[in-house]
Amino acid sequence: MTLRADLRVTRDSGFSLAFDLTVEPGEVVALLGPNGAGKTTALRALAGLLPLTEGHIRLDDDPWDLAPSVFRPAERRPIGVVFQDYLLFGHLSALDNVAFGLRARGATRAVARAEAARWLERVGLADHAHVRPRRLSGGQAQRVALARALVTGPELLLLDEPLAALDASTRTRVRAELGRHLRDYQGRTLLVTHDPLDAMILADRLVILEDGHVVQEGTPAEIARRPRTEYVANLVGLNLYRGTARGTVVDLDGGGRLAIAAPATGAVHVAFPPAAVSLHPAEPAGSPRNTWPVTVVDIEQHAHITRIRLDGTPPVLADITTASVAELGLEPGGTLWAALKATETHTYST
Amino acid sequence: MIRTPESRRGRPAHGRRPVVLVLPAVLGIAFLIVPLAGLLIRAPWDTLPSRLFSAEVGAALRLSLVCASLATVICLLLGIPLAWLLARGDLPGRGLLRALVTVPLVLPPVVGGVALLLVLGRRGLIGQHLDAWFGISLPFTTAGVVVAEAFVAMPFLVISVEGALRAADPRYEEAAATLGASRWLTFRRVTLPSIMPGVVAGSVLCWARALGEFGATITFAGNFPGTTTTMPLAVYLALETDPEAAIVLSIVLLLVAVLVLAGLRDRWISGPS
Repeated sequence: MTLRADLRVTRDSGFSLAFDLTVEPGEVVALLGPNGAGKTTALRALAGLLPLTEGHIRLDDDPWDLAPSVFRPAERRPIGVVFQDYLLFGHLSALDNVAFGLRARGATRAVARAEAARWLERVGLADHAHVRPRRLSGGQAQRVALARALVTGPELLLLDEPLAALDASTRTRVRAELGRHLRDYQGRTLLVTHDPLDAMILADRLVILEDGHVVQEGTPAEIARRPRTEYVANLVGLNLYRGTARGTVVDLDGGGRLAIAAPATGAVHVAFPPAAVSLHPAEPAGSPRNTWPVTVVDIEQHAHITRIRLDGTPPVLADITTASVAELGLEPGGTLWAALKATETHTYST
Repeated sequence: MIRTPESRRGRPAHGRRPVVLVLPAVLGIAFLIVPLAGLLIRAPWDTLPSRLFSAEVGAALRLSLVCASLATVICLLLGIPLAWLLARGDLPGRGLLRALVTVPLVLPPVVGGVALLLVLGRRGLIGQHLDAWFGISLPFTTAGVVVAEAFVAMPFLVISVEGALRAADPRYEEAAATLGASRWLTFRRVTLPSIMPGVVAGSVLCWARALGEFGATITFAGNFPGTTTTMPLAVYLALETDPEAAIVLSIVLLLVAVLVLAGLRDRWISGPS
């Protein structure tokens, strides 16, 4: 069963949201865009907290919203929502927070609590069952919120900036955990975020929203390789690889090897911005620990930067100034050396 | 606001306090404090315990507590839904409705009593049918005391609960809806627990107002010892026959008022917590 939506919401303020969205079972779609792009409005419409002005939301033949005649409110949609600041009920324990949805759907207290306890165990919080939300750390609260949203077995899981409230150190770990749970989840997931890294690591497909409209849509790799607007280029301009780490060296899944700053082991993502890559006409000597030969595939001119798409092991994106383009005499097919300092890389365990 | 400038350390930034303001302020304090002090000074301390436990004081006290508590229960049952409607109902003309609800707050209680008589009296608009169909007559009964007290005290509860509802984050109710909870379940399991401090504060204020109610009670329910003579009525009655008893009863009411004030100090007197 596929979720198909033609989301159209018009506000009195003049803001209008209009885009199509489909999400297949097992698929994670990230809705990415700047503040005010309409991401939250779209999420609220899908959740049933906001009626559409026009358009429709359907799960196969089952209508959720056919504006203006049919509107099924949130409490009657098979959904789960993780809110940005989680909105855990302060007067209930973690266990009762998770059990809430089951109780609301008619389960007896005993059944709901047993199922909730299983989910708390699944997110690694079995020993926090009777703790009130304000005693939980940010990462723990996020896991309780995820368990609360998933415990009812929703057809559609909506995540509203699920990592935004976390500090940088816990974020990496919680993101990796969230990724694992999303891979296990059989339903459809829509992730709303303004963080390209969250979107690229967690999602199968990105939908980039600007001012209520879709400016680009595709897999993270497609969008990173061919950003259509400067906004998208800046947003997803990120070199991101999967690989296996041994100490400070990562063997990339697609071939190639990168030296990283902080030692790690096992499956990891390695990321660095295109601006961290420098290009040289010959093999550079000196400090950069990563150097490899590359071929120019494409040169994209944006207002302030020039993005060079380079093939090699691994393929890489580099942002350089317009002056350097002329200096290096860049043209498609030309060969160069790419250089990257290990300290410019970020490593995330998966 | 009872916060004093003395609680702030350091030198005043704007020089001395002007006498034109300080003198009337001191007079004002004296005006408020001296009568209460007088009550304590003139109290018959040696006979106080025996009077306190005498039959007439005991009856009035018991009746007052029972009626005020019943009135508070009625106010809770009607006032919380009313406050919810005002805060969340999205009604047209909500401002007017709120103004109407708070009329008893500024209305002289005697006028309230007269109005109640006209509607619920034996020949009143509704009262005549209550009498004819069910044989129920409210005026001059203990039930009438409860009705009069609830009429006067309900706005205190409604305003307090509505304030708490406005301060509560409605997104928690949305979260409950996404978990499949109906609006009624959401209200019981999410909204009500989150506004509980406001409900408690409102109930205490409402109860204290009901306990002290005089005008509407004596107009609508009369003054019959044992059935409608509550503490304030007993004070008024005793003042002519037995002034010392009136003082003892007054001290009991003063004590209740002080206790209520102490209990609500953090919640209400010093603003929202």
